[in-house]
Parts: sequence; structure tokens; C-alpha cells
Amino acid sequence: MSSQLFTPKHNTLARLTLLLFVGGAAGTLGLLDLIHRSPYVRYTKVRREQPVPFSHKHHVNMGIDCRYCHTSVEKSSFANIPPTQTCMNCHNIMWKESDMLEPVRESWRTGKSLEWTRVHDLPDFVYFNHSIHVNNGIGCATCHGRVDQMPLTWREEPLFMKWCLECHRDPAEFVRPDDKIYDMAYDPQELSREEREALVDAYGIDTSNHRMTNCSICHR
Amino acid sequence: MSTEAKRDPDGQLPYVHGHTLGSVSDKIAGVTTLPMKKMPKFWYGGILIGITVLQVLFFAIYKLIVTGTGIWGLNVPVAWGFAIINFVWWIGIGHAGTLISAILFLFRQDWRMSIARFAEAMTLFAVVCAGLFPLLHVGRPWMVYWLFPYPNTMGMWPQFRSPLLWDVFAVSTYATVSIMFWFTGLVPDLATMRAKANALWIKRIYHGMSLGWTGAARHWHRYEIAYLLLAGLSTPLVLSVHSIVSLDFAVSNEPGWHTTIFPPYFVAGAIFAGFAMVLTFMIPVRAIYGMKDLLTERHLNNMCKVMLFSGLIVAYGYSMELFFGWYSASPFERFMVLNRLEGPLDWSYWALILCNVAVPQFLWSYKVRTNPLLVFIICQFISVGMWLERFVIVIISLHRDFLDSSWDMYAGTRWDWAMYIGTMGLFLTLVFIFIRTLPILAIFEMRELVHKSEHHDDEH
Repeated sequence: MSSQLFTPKHNTLARLTLLLFVGGAAGTLGLLDLIHRSPYVRYTKVRREQPVPFSHKHHVNMGIDCRYCHTSVEKSSFANIPPTQTCMNCHNIMWKESDMLEPVRESWRTGKSLEWTRVHDLPDFVYFNHSIHVNNGIGCATCHGRVDQMPLTWREEPLFMKWCLECHRDPAEFVRPDDKIYDMAYDPQELSREEREALVDAYGIDTSNHRMTNCSICHR
Repeated sequence: MSTEAKRDPDGQLPYVHGHTLGSVSDKIAGVTTLPMKKMPKFWYGGILIGITVLQVLFFAIYKLIVTGTGIWGLNVPVAWGFAIINFVWWIGIGHAGTLISAILFLFRQDWRMSIARFAEAMTLFAVVCAGLFPLLHVGRPWMVYWLFPYPNTMGMWPQFRSPLLWDVFAVSTYATVSIMFWFTGLVPDLATMRAKANALWIKRIYHGMSLGWTGAARHWHRYEIAYLLLAGLSTPLVLSVHSIVSLDFAVSNEPGWHTTIFPPYFVAGAIFAGFAMVLTFMIPVRAIYGMKDLLTERHLNNMCKVMLFSGLIVAYGYSMELFFGWYSASPFERFMVLNRLEGPLDWSYWALILCNVAVPQFLWSYKVRTNPLLVFIICQFISVGMWLERFVIVIISLHRDFLDSSWDMYAGTRWDWAMYIGTMGLFLTLVFIFIRTLPILAIFEMRELVHKSEHHDDEH
């Protein structure tokens, strides 16, 4: 009687359904994970539109130090965006007629700040302090990438938690000497592992008892 | 009861009597193939209540998701409340099904055949209800996949040393194995249902689900091997799942939780509660569907004995908790015991002793054990008692522990109750859908019993 209800092609159909069920579930989960990690969601290497097409590449290569504009980076948790005054220090002499710079001059005239598009925005449940990093051997380029090669600034790293932890679990892979913090081209691997471990000790970075990966270090 | 039934050498009535191979199939399949109009009022009433109460659950879940766990009665010393009480209660209820299907199968207890299907279904439904609570208590259920270890962008694994993670594995393994076991046992019966069903589209569904079962000797051979293997796989689960649930408590250093007696005492409690729930449904079903010849008083008697035995283990657990409160010589342990006996929530402790220790003692009497009404009433006491047991363990231990400056009181809010009662609606709905759509007794195993009862002289 069974042959009346179904034909042999239903056997193939049943097997195919099983395959689709398992494969479909695995495929969907895998796809969701890929999307989550993709530049489409993370904005990695995506040039962001700004009110003024400010080029870090141009300014850094002229020899301006990071701290000329981001003045608070060594003292504060926040590496500030400079006030319009900082731009005008030069641009009331240079390129003072440029159309491109009109929003800067307008801000200067009206006292209304430029509204930059933020490129690195951590979630509110994460506490991040710039000063503790730059004062303890972590260079700008380690997280922000080669800003001196970015015409329009992009996010170099995906800012995943595992990326933070990579360094917090083993800072000796990433530390650099105190005079190289703002050096864009410096590679921490120029020093040997022993030398870097000595640097970690010299900075007083305490990695004992998983202290650097304690939840409350970042989630306060 | 049929008087002409042949008694076995011990003078016991057989587990099934007055039936032939054909009549037993017709009777069980008849419940499922009954036209909708002829379904008994009991079924209509049951599913109506089930679906109505299920709406309470849906609303409670909706409210929880839009508002958060603040709608529950949790506070700082009592950070674990109804969600874990209900989770442990439901998951415990499931244990009877696994015990009946796996351990009693391996011990060749023939009487399990009549109740195994029903009990296994209840295991599954209880696991569904239990699973809702850990899912929802996280507050953001859409993040619940964080419970599982998977390679993630946080660079983190769950805490493998935590029993809460072991719980995730224990419960998901339990659900998977229970479904496989239940479904494997269903296959020969689904083929029977295919033959009995009236409408073609229903035949098609049963046929598809029976995986091309033809009843060939080769199929039976493979079936027996698969079922034996699955029974072997399920057997450790009877002990492991509730042991691990108990470790959620026992691994902490909270007075009232931190005891080595917890795993066996929880497992016994689970079987105790599970048998009570199986009987709660079996007694009305055998009365309404006229199945007293298939679910006999001898079944009631056996099940009550299991209940009495597991109840005594639980009572021993309670007495040991009192004893160790004194014997530990720890002021906190002693205070915990006193707080149970005469603290502000002492009513729950004494109600628990009444329900779980005092009332089940009636089961020593053969007359009580074979009286369906009395057994039904005792089962209700046990179900309430087992819920109170978890209430006492979770709430009374937490609300007054080490620091008296952080003591507080606890009471479930209306949303706590809505969620708890709502899961009963879910359970009822699933049970009544099951009664309608699948054979509630294992037809082919009942045929085997009929065969054995006719030829039991050959067995020895």
C-alpha cells in the first residue's frame, strides 16, 4: 500500500529535504557570521565622507605631529578633535580663499563647530582611555593604522573585542619604545621578543592574575 | 475488571487483558482516528483551557521582552527567582519519561510498555516548558546564543568551569536524545496509523513520518538494535541531567545550596515529580477513553511504588539537610535551617513537608495505590510539593544569607505567576495535540504484551 502513497522520486525528495535542512541551518548561521564580520557592517577600510575632505595623509606628511591637533591624547581618555581655531592657525594664511575650506571659515565666523563624522565609535559600555595606552608603549598606528597614508580617514581595525583582547592578553607583542609612539612607520617587531618583554616591565604593565583581561578593566 | 483474565504464577493479573492483537490496535488507533465531532468533551475542554492559558504565556513573554526582567520579583539578595524554580520543576517532571523508557526498558519491565509513549511525550513537552525559562531569564532572549561556545568576535568562551554552562549541554543533549528516542519508538506505530487513517492527506503525513516502514523482519531487527542503543544512551541522562541542574546550586558556597547530597536528592525528586505528572494525565485519560484494560490498576500500583520509593529518598534528603545544618557547626548553615523552620517564609517549608513527606505516606496502602481518585489527589500534592521544594531551596537560602545588612524579602509578581501558569497552558496544549494526532500508547508494544499475556507459560 505504501507504493500507492508515494513514488520512488519521493525518496530523493526526502533526502534532499534532510540535506537542505542541515545545510540550510549551517549556511544561514555561517552567512550571518560573515555579514557580522564584513566591512559592510564594520566599516573597515571604508572612506567616510566629512564636511571638509580633511586628509591626514597630507597633514602628517607635512610634518605635523599628531599631538598638534589631538592635544589631550596624553592626558585624557579622549583624544580630542581640535577646535576650528587650530585649523585657522595655518589656514588664515594658507589656502585662505579655498572653496574646500569654506565650511571651516564659516565655523570660524559663526562660532558653530564643524560636525565631523566619527570614524571610531566604541559602544557606550566600553571604557577606553587613550592616555593609558600612549603613555605605556602603544603607538597610534597600532590601532589606527597608517593614518599618514589615509587621504580620507577610515577605520583600520574592526574594533572587535577579540582584537582588544589580543593585545591585553599579550602586550609584549605590541609595545614600542616611548619615543616611537607617534612614529607612523615604526614596527614593534623591530625589537626582539626579549626586548619587548623588558619594555613591558619597564612600563610597569602588570599582566599577573589575568589583570589585563579582567572584565572591569573595560566594562566599568 | 475482567474476572476471567488468566493470572500469572504469582497470582497477578496480566498488564493487559481481554484483548486480541487486532482489538488492541483498533482501540488505541481509534482515539486518533476519531472524527473531530466525536472527540470527547474532555478533549475539547482540555485543549480549550490549554490554549486559553497559553495566551497568558504569550502575553507574559511579550511584556517581558518589551519591559525587561524588572517586571519579575527579583531583588539583590534574591537574584534567582521563579525562572529557576520553574525551570528545575519542569525539567524534573521530564525525568519520569526517560526513566520509564530507558532504565525500565533495560531492566525488561514489561509494564513500562503501556505508559512509555505517554511518559516520553510528557518528557519532551516538559523540556520545552523548562527550556523557555533559561531562554527568557537572560532578559534579552535574542542574545541567547551567547550561552553556546562558538568562535565569536569577542574572543571569549563561556566559563567552562561553571555548572550553568554544563546545564546548557545537559539540557540540549537531553532534548535531542529524548526526541530521537520518542520518534524511533513511534515509527512502527506511524506505519499502523498510515493504515488506519481515513483521509489521503493524513495517510501521506503518517507515511512520510514512518520513513517507509513496511514491517519487514529486517526493519524490526534494525529497529530493535536502534532502540536498545538509544535506551543505553538515555540511561545516563536520567542521572546526569538533574545532577547537573543540582550543581547549579551545589557548586556555590551559599548555605542551603552548598551540599554534596544535592545530585542524588535532585534526581530522586525529579523521578518523584515526573511520576506524579504522568499519573496526573494517565488517570483521566484511562477513564475518559475507557482504557482501564490497557492501563490497569497494576500499573497504578507499580507507579505508586516508584513514587513512594523516590519520595522516601527525597524525605531522607530533607532530614539530612536539617542534620548537616546542625552538624556543620557553621553559624550560617544553622541559621539557614532555622530560617527555613521558623523564618518569615516558613509556611513554604511546612507546606513542602506536608506535600512531599506526609501525604505520600498514604501510598504504603495497597488500597490507596489502586484507587485512581486518591492517587490523583496525592499526585497533585506532590506536584505542588516539588515546586515548593525548589522555592524553599532558591528563595529561603538567598533572602537571608551571610550579611544581614543585605537581607530582603521576596515575592513573585503577577508576571512571575503569569509566566509559570502560562507554561502549564503550553504543556496542556501540547499534550492534547499529542492525544489527537499520535497513538498515546505504543500499539506494537501492547500487541507484544497481549501476546505475552496469552503465552506467559512459555516464557518461563
